[in-house]
Amino acid sequence: MTEDEFAAYQSLSEETEDHRWAFGTGFTDPLEGIDASVPDGVDAAALAAYCLALGDDALIYSHRLQQWMTRLPELEEETALANVALDLLGQARMLLARAGQAEGRGRCEDDLAFFRDEHEFHSVRLAEHTDADFAQLAGRLLVFSAWRLALFGRLAASADPVLAAIAAKGANELAYHRDYAAQWVIRLGDGTPLSHDRMAAALEVIWPLTDELFQTDPVAERLPAVAADPAELRAEVDAVLDTVLAAATLNRPRAGPLARVAGRSGRDGVHTEAFGYLLAELQSVARAHPDATW
Amino acid sequence: MVTAAGLAAARAVAAAVPDPELPLVTVADLGILRGVEAEGERLVVTITPTYSGCPALREIAHDLRRRLAASGFAEVDVRTALAPAWSSDWITAEGRRKLSAAGIAPPHAAPARRGPVPLTLTWTGGGSVDCPRCGSAATTRTAAFGSTACKALFRCESCREPFEYVKEV
Repeated sequence: MTEDEFAAYQSLSEETEDHRWAFGTGFTDPLEGIDASVPDGVDAAALAAYCLALGDDALIYSHRLQQWMTRLPELEEETALANVALDLLGQARMLLARAGQAEGRGRCEDDLAFFRDEHEFHSVRLAEHTDADFAQLAGRLLVFSAWRLALFGRLAASADPVLAAIAAKGANELAYHRDYAAQWVIRLGDGTPLSHDRMAAALEVIWPLTDELFQTDPVAERLPAVAADPAELRAEVDAVLDTVLAAATLNRPRAGPLARVAGRSGRDGVHTEAFGYLLAELQSVARAHPDATW
Repeated sequence: MVTAAGLAAARAVAAAVPDPELPLVTVADLGILRGVEAEGERLVVTITPTYSGCPALREIAHDLRRRLAASGFAEVDVRTALAPAWSSDWITAEGRRKLSAAGIAPPHAAPARRGPVPLTLTWTGGGSVDCPRCGSAATTRTAAFGSTACKALFRCESCREPFEYVKEV
């Protein structure tokens, strides 16, 4: 590298007002320089809640993938899933920042990510699932990315321009995530008898978590033209899953949906046991050092 | 007021900022730099992220401010444009030439995105990517994702060298 090319790194050691200690650190607003106004006629509180839930899906899912780092079977899968986790973290940061803007109480992405408790997270329960093996990882990523891609495809036309821009960008990324997961589901399902059985067993575990993705969302109902009706996504997602399962020589599991608690589930802040452990790990450093910056 | 000559100078400075993760190309080569305009005394520079989680964007903003300040532009506003989403089609001909020369295969044309995105189920990926080293079309994708979010890993079956490919998006 020439001295000129090294400048971006060299400037890290300069004394500035930024709290930058490493590459990409020291900024707290991923939407800096973007018009933050909420369009006329849009319910700002509902927009905040909607962006928060979509941001939580990505934040929690990303953390689960990060936990796989150093544990994957091959370096190629490690880099792939690190990139998927990074894309989702990027989406989470923008969505949480948008939620903070629409809420108007001055909360930034870090306040929302690190200083809320379990019942205040509105991610779907699929996002928090602990993958017991690589087959569950692949199956869960297929369902999640196929669903989120269908959702973002619609949100790219949202009446909120910031949400629309985040979704349009995210959809490009999710298309790669979905193809990656689909190819692994096919490789395992249409592989050896052992890999087939383990992929089939993984889908049995994942499937009860899928129904929740298509449940009617009262927050979305308050946001006509801004949000998408989850129920409308089912046909598109089913078509994708059926195509992949057929190529993988796998049957669609018959397992029914995971029970709700008094009619409530992830979007209502009611999570599975796995969530508390995940959140404790995600938030521990920020809560131990609440004034730290990174 | 920023003069026309001043604006041209500012554009040249901004365009020459190297990408921190691919320092062999500039932010202009990659299509990350979307515009340099004058608003009275202020210079407004607009950039766009390649991928949502790209950590390089703030380093680029920082570097832009630093270099423009060194060239005498005191008031610089760096703005982020999220829409339209960055496309690998925005990488310039010069950018593609530089990538190739550095052993990184430049991207194919991005797929047109209208309606549901079609699934890609083939393991080796769509389309052939020529080896940037020996030009052979006999290459295999070894991983869908590389050292950064914007790249995939390939191996040339002719010269046996691994190389990176900037994904079409």
